[in-house]
Amino acid sequence: MENFIDAFFNIDIMRQATPLLLKGAWVTLQLCAVVIFLGLFGGLGLALLASSKSALLRLPSFLFIDIFRAIPPLILLILIYAGLPFVGVRVPPFVAVCIAFLLNNSAYFAEIFRSGIKAIPKGQMEAARATGLSPAQAQAWVILPQAVRNVLPDLLSNVVEIVKLTSIASVVSLSELLYSANMARAVTYNSSPLVMAAGLYLLLLWPLVRVISRFQRGLSISH
Amino acid sequence: MTAAQPLPTLEITALEKRFGETQVLRSIDLKVQNGELVFVIGPSGSGKSTMLRCCNRLEEPTSGAIHVNGKPMLGIPRKELDRMRLQVGMVFQGFFLYPHLSALKNVTLAQRKALGRSKAEAEARALEMLDKVGLKHKADAMPSELSGGQQQRVAIARALALDPKVMLFDEPTSALDPELVGSVLKVMRDLRELGMTMIVVSHEMHFAREAADRVVFMDGGVIVEEGPPEEIFGNPKSDRLKAFLSRVSGEAA
Amino acid sequence: MDFFDAFLNPEIIATYLRPMVRAVWVTIWISVLVVISGLALGALLAGLRAYQKRWLSWPIVLFADLMRALPPLVLMLILFFGLPSIGIILNDWFVLYLILTLVLAAFVEEIFWATMTSLPRGQWEAGAATGLSFLQVLVHVIFPQALRMNIPPLVNRSLTISKMTAYGSVIGVKEIVSVAGSAQAFSGSATPLTMAALAYLIIFFPAMLLSRYIEDRFHYEH
Ligand SMILES: Nc1ncnc2c1ncn2[C@@H]1O[C@H](COP(=O)(O)OP(=O)(O)OP(=O)(O)O)[C@@H](O)[C@H]1O
Ligand SMILES: [Mg+2]
Repeated sequence: MENFIDAFFNIDIMRQATPLLLKGAWVTLQLCAVVIFLGLFGGLGLALLASSKSALLRLPSFLFIDIFRAIPPLILLILIYAGLPFVGVRVPPFVAVCIAFLLNNSAYFAEIFRSGIKAIPKGQMEAARATGLSPAQAQAWVILPQAVRNVLPDLLSNVVEIVKLTSIASVVSLSELLYSANMARAVTYNSSPLVMAAGLYLLLLWPLVRVISRFQRGLSISH
Repeated sequence: MTAAQPLPTLEITALEKRFGETQVLRSIDLKVQNGELVFVIGPSGSGKSTMLRCCNRLEEPTSGAIHVNGKPMLGIPRKELDRMRLQVGMVFQGFFLYPHLSALKNVTLAQRKALGRSKAEAEARALEMLDKVGLKHKADAMPSELSGGQQQRVAIARALALDPKVMLFDEPTSALDPELVGSVLKVMRDLRELGMTMIVVSHEMHFAREAADRVVFMDGGVIVEEGPPEEIFGNPKSDRLKAFLSRVSGEAA
Repeated sequence: MDFFDAFLNPEIIATYLRPMVRAVWVTIWISVLVVISGLALGALLAGLRAYQKRWLSWPIVLFADLMRALPPLVLMLILFFGLPSIGIILNDWFVLYLILTLVLAAFVEEIFWATMTSLPRGQWEAGAATGLSFLQVLVHVIFPQALRMNIPPLVNRSLTISKMTAYGSVIGVKEIVSVAGSAQAFSGSATPLTMAALAYLIIFFPAMLLSRYIEDRFHYEH
């Protein structure tokens, strides 16, 4: 037991690692802000293209969505970070992560927005057009607000997924939370910094996970 | 109890039910003899459903006793309760067929899992019951492909196939379009002809007049008046029953 | 031609084709195992939670929350680097398999639970009224409906977590990314990385199309 506490919950080591981890957590937060922003807007654009009437716009968007949902973001990231230098393009880790996440997250967000748009009855568009709105106006003021509200739980759970996903940036030595914690682990030969990082992730994500579960609550079970 | 009086098929004694503070049933006593059809009427919220649901313990009575063929429903272990429930068939207002199973499978499931019948035996019995409710040709249909009246008849077959001693009907036709009500009532009439013991909660007064042996009027969680249909409908004694009857006939008119 | 030379060099493809194919099998195997055990464990936990015993539900909810809130990569590193210091040594692939299974189980439990609580009460009661035991109602009435209603989210979640087998590269599992990574370092070419991306496309692109098809088909009506 003592051994266990020493290996995973060593207070001294945690205290030592705190400044490093907080710095890492700050990078993680910045990274999240940027990639969630990029993903939301990329996804929205893609979803609109994928919901368009013209097959010329629709098919490439679907292809994009499915390709980037099929490739794990980790390999995408490595390909950008370690592959591009072979053709003379050198990108800093932060930019590499942003590009990889833009490609991956846009695809996921697009799927969510698209399913929301698809679920809005056709009559809504027709009614909006009948009141003299242009297709774009109808889309912006009538369809999208309803669609977004309907898929809010899915958007939220995708945000949680993205925050967790930022931990893969550690693979390209971006000094975010997991990278910092793993550095501290390597230096101290002790896993407590990793546990501490887990605690910080929990602090951020547990409330969101609870909210998502609330969204899904139904009636009670009868025995 | 004298020797001449046979054991009631269903006996409710001093039944009480409270939901927290609210007393929903108080000192309910009711005996239903073999082959009898007891019809229960009463205003909304009077406790009719709660009484039926206590009979197979979908609702847990606060106190009192319930016996089926002399055997207790209360104070028995869970396993025993599952077996006792086989003796009490129940038909719900909302049908509650299992949407992922065909009509036939709906009727065979409990036969196989709760009664331990073989597949062949259960299917033979299910077809027999579906035939009885006039739906043998729909055996392979999914519930979503059936009308409300057909779904309710399958639900009746599902309960009947377990050879219950008594059948409880909780507003079996209330969720149906008017033109589908007749098919369900016909099945219930047939059952009565075959000697099934039944308690029916319903607003189909003409069915009560024609088919019930006894009508029970509930109000405010108590049995206010009971008697043969001619008496209850033709010569109501309590003011509450009179008021109730004039209200429903007013609605019907 | 710079580009093709760097990313799709035929010689390098030929050299590393065999190890890459082997790595693909490793990825597929671990994915299949994770999906099977994750679905089974998740369903089991949801079933246990249905008994509504506080001492059962509470740990299950805690487990599901933790597994959904923590990045799998963090969990893997904790297990992989932490356990040996208290004398437990696990295979790299087993750590990967274990963590992904637990994470999938957590999501599956939540998906099942949400449906189980939203099915009409009458479904439970109809089962009970016909003498089925609670367990029988769960297995024969509730689970089949929960499964059918949730095929799209279950498929999507399974695919997402299958792709996380790529995290195995961080702890040395010989799956696609790690084999491609060492091939890239060894050959001094980006081609193995492209091969890895293509390998995932070959495995998961059809799966994505399949999930699209399933989503259209299984609009389950109640
Ligand atoms: N689970 C419950 N919790 C609290 N109160 C309940 C519950 N079920 C029923 N009640 C209350 O018990 C009373 C009797 O309800 P019950 O459903 O038995 O009436 P009913 O005679 O069947 O009415 P209706 O004709 O509308 O079906 C009502 O006041 C109802 O609000
Ligand atoms: Mg009622």
